[in-house]
Amino acid sequence: MTTFRLVLKELRERKSQLLTSFVAITLGITVIVAVRTMSHFSEKAVARELDSLGANVLILPKGATVTNYYTADFGEYVMPESYVDDITTSQLQGVDNLSPKLTEAISLHGQRVYLTGILPKNEFKSKPAWQTADGVFARPEGCGTVVPGTVAKALGGSAQGGPGETATRQTVIAELGDAEVLVGSDVASRFGLTVGAKLPIKDESFTVKSVLPATGTVDDTRVFAHLHTVQRLFGRGQVVNAIEMIGCCKEISKGLIDGLNRLLPEARVVTIKQIAQTQLSTNTMMERFSVIFLVIILLVGAVSIANYMLANVYERRREIGTLLALGATRRRVSLIFFLKSALLGVAGGLAGYGVGTVLAVGLGPRLAGVPVLPLPMLAGWAVLLALVVSILASALPVAKAARLDPAEILREG
Amino acid sequence: MIRAENITKSYQRREGQVLALDHVSLDVAEGEFISIVGPSGCGKSTLLLTLGCLIHPSEGKVWLDGRSVYDLGHAEAAALRLKSIGFVFQTFNLVPYLTALENVQLPLYLSGLSPARQRQRAEHLLDKVGLGARLSHKPSELSVGQQQRVALARTLANQPRLILADEPTGNLDPALAEEMLDHLEELHQQGVTVVMVTHDPRLAARAQRQLRLVEGRVSAAEAVNARQAGAVQARL
Repeated sequence: MTTFRLVLKELRERKSQLLTSFVAITLGITVIVAVRTMSHFSEKAVARELDSLGANVLILPKGATVTNYYTADFGEYVMPESYVDDITTSQLQGVDNLSPKLTEAISLHGQRVYLTGILPKNEFKSKPAWQTADGVFARPEGCGTVVPGTVAKALGGSAQGGPGETATRQTVIAELGDAEVLVGSDVASRFGLTVGAKLPIKDESFTVKSVLPATGTVDDTRVFAHLHTVQRLFGRGQVVNAIEMIGCCKEISKGLIDGLNRLLPEARVVTIKQIAQTQLSTNTMMERFSVIFLVIILLVGAVSIANYMLANVYERRREIGTLLALGATRRRVSLIFFLKSALLGVAGGLAGYGVGTVLAVGLGPRLAGVPVLPLPMLAGWAVLLALVVSILASALPVAKAARLDPAEILREG
Repeated sequence: MIRAENITKSYQRREGQVLALDHVSLDVAEGEFISIVGPSGCGKSTLLLTLGCLIHPSEGKVWLDGRSVYDLGHAEAAALRLKSIGFVFQTFNLVPYLTALENVQLPLYLSGLSPARQRQRAEHLLDKVGLGARLSHKPSELSVGQQQRVALARTLANQPRLILADEPTGNLDPALAEEMLDHLEELHQQGVTVVMVTHDPRLAARAQRQLRLVEGRVSAAEAVNARQAGAVQARL
């Protein structure tokens, strides 16, 4: 006989009573594991989305808003293109890439479409989703540092890229000439455009250099030409109406934004955090809601366990009295009951992890719209959480068991 | 071996204070067999459990082998019960989900014996009481007489020097009651001290000495009505 065997034998004897609390703790852990697994993959998907968005800092003309940026309706809001040089030649740390843009509305076969002027090399570096175009663009790895002269060279139409760039990319940059455009996937399908097609813009004829892969963003509905071509077409001079920037997150938090504000007092610097502020608030609200929801579920599980353990202690009064009379210490009695609740917690945690994972994998794609895979690391957390809840919920009943008066029980006859 | 001095035990009930034991004093020598008799509710079981370190008296002291048992800590008192005292209950108090063998193993498990040693000793004891073929039977699968023998084997597991029996024949038919008494007498002959509570005068008479309790007090007339007074005496 060992304590473990004693507990197992008792558990086997009263299976039906155990079932309710086992189901309760399993259910609680199931929900937690399912939600956590789905939200893990959902968060990863959001991270990928943000990543595909590329820029995490926007520099806009003073007075322009994020709405202007998204609708591409900047009106007369412009700022000097020289801001790009100002940033690259400054001592600011953490600037990884700069994509200056000038967007203008054009009419294409009688329909309103936006033409955006870009510096191709910079644009491709900031748009990971585009880097799959024709499978030829290598994606920059990690958060690098600005390569002195990179932007300046690009502005000058140089085919020279930064270190590590592929020859193919350099070729594409060089070849996006005055009469060439890139078209977004939506525009391509709407107007039946393919590579090599001719596109009339402002009385000039342009050739479609490439159809960009779908990104799920406004870029899909745009036509892209070289920045300097757009400036020339609209007689705008050397101005842009947005500079998208990739800043290193670490540096952003260390004052990159303040540095930009000081450097460009006539511009407006917006971080991705501000851009996604509304979305973030919604997520935070959902997060809080699910925390409250999960706490309630766990409490229900804990109450069920506490109730079961109390009933179990009452039912086993005579057994406890006998054990104490035989010479068991109160500590030993506590150990027997705590071990029982621990086994209940471990079993509930494992079952909850299993069921929760199956639910998440099965329902994740429908509920969260993302593919979901099992998260083995959650098994440990699920068991630990169920164990802690189970032990805490049993504390009062166990204390009651240990405090029972054996004499009183034995005299009950 | 046991000395109880001026033990008083009172309980607070809704209807007021109830005096279960009223200044009871008692000496039990090593190897003695005494019976405590008296009408129902006179305090017999309370006295027995007080001697067994299970009921803390409101007043007075109990010594076991010279140690004041109610001055011991909880763990020490538990160890004393485990090593030196064996209880025999009227209702046997076998654990229903354990087999006969496992029930006998319980005190050995509490003593910290290895499972193999526990099994060996429990098998030996059950064999001695004639239940060698019933090791894996649960109490519900045993007759009353067999349950009683399992309980006795469990009582003897740690070789206690003192046996406190509370109405040990209360649930038994005359033949089984006789068998139980035979066991207790045999233990007594082996040098074990036996204190037995019973309401049956015939069984009480088998003890060396009888102690009569009336309303929580030792009745003087009966206290000296011992078959073998020896060196033992009950004191008022």
